[in-house]
Amino acid sequence: MSRLGVKERIVVGAHYGFRDWLVQRVTAILMLVYTVALLVLLISIPSTHEAWRTLFGHLSVKVFSLITFFALLWHAWVGIRDVWMDYIKPVGLRLTLHVLTLVWLLAALIYAVDVLWSV
Amino acid sequence: MGNKMHKKVRPKHLDLTKIRIPVPGQVSFFHRVSGVLMFILLPFALYLLKLSLSSPTVFASAHTFFTHPLIKLMSLALMWAFLHHACAGIRFLLLDVHKGIDLKTARASAYAVFGVSIVLTLILGSLVLL
Repeated sequence: MSRLGVKERIVVGAHYGFRDWLVQRVTAILMLVYTVALLVLLISIPSTHEAWRTLFGHLSVKVFSLITFFALLWHAWVGIRDVWMDYIKPVGLRLTLHVLTLVWLLAALIYAVDVLWSV
Repeated sequence: MGNKMHKKVRPKHLDLTKIRIPVPGQVSFFHRVSGVLMFILLPFALYLLKLSLSSPTVFASAHTFFTHPLIKLMSLALMWAFLHHACAGIRFLLLDVHKGIDLKTARASAYAVFGVSIVLTLILGSLVLL
């Protein structure tokens, strides 16, 4: 029986398994719940621009939206990182892409806060 | 053992023009494609939300934004990516809990993912963009 020692550990820039698998599913379910909730709300309000703006004026909707956006970012991070790990073999280039992915997602988060709190 | 003369000649690379991936595999492939597409279109999606939440005067002039063919294409791509990713995702979640795991059902649900997401994209696209 052999186990990977510290020396043989392969640098992939990620953890090794179950946590990410679980994160991907929990965040997916949260986003599905948000989608259904938003659809129900959309049906229940009058179909006017004013009603749509009023809906997103509520703090509870902003908070629920932002929490779901956090889930989206985490979900996207795991997914995109998997893509880099599958196709980009040079370690330096791969880790650079990981960092750029994080920067892209962080920028999106700041923009999302700006959009949500503009109403 | 170790007779090199009988060693099979195996392809050294995968010939993508010859590989026929089964439909469940194609769902999986496009799940990845749609995910990457949404990752790229993330700022665009947020901009659409911003536009929808803008003041009545700005909102009134927003429809000119959607007359541009590239914007229509990006919106349609975003709709399809979301719908395919969501449908395929629901299918994967069900497979995780061993629902519809036999070959016949799994194949049928794979076809359903493609069908439902394309039809919904066309309906939503024609409602919003035409």
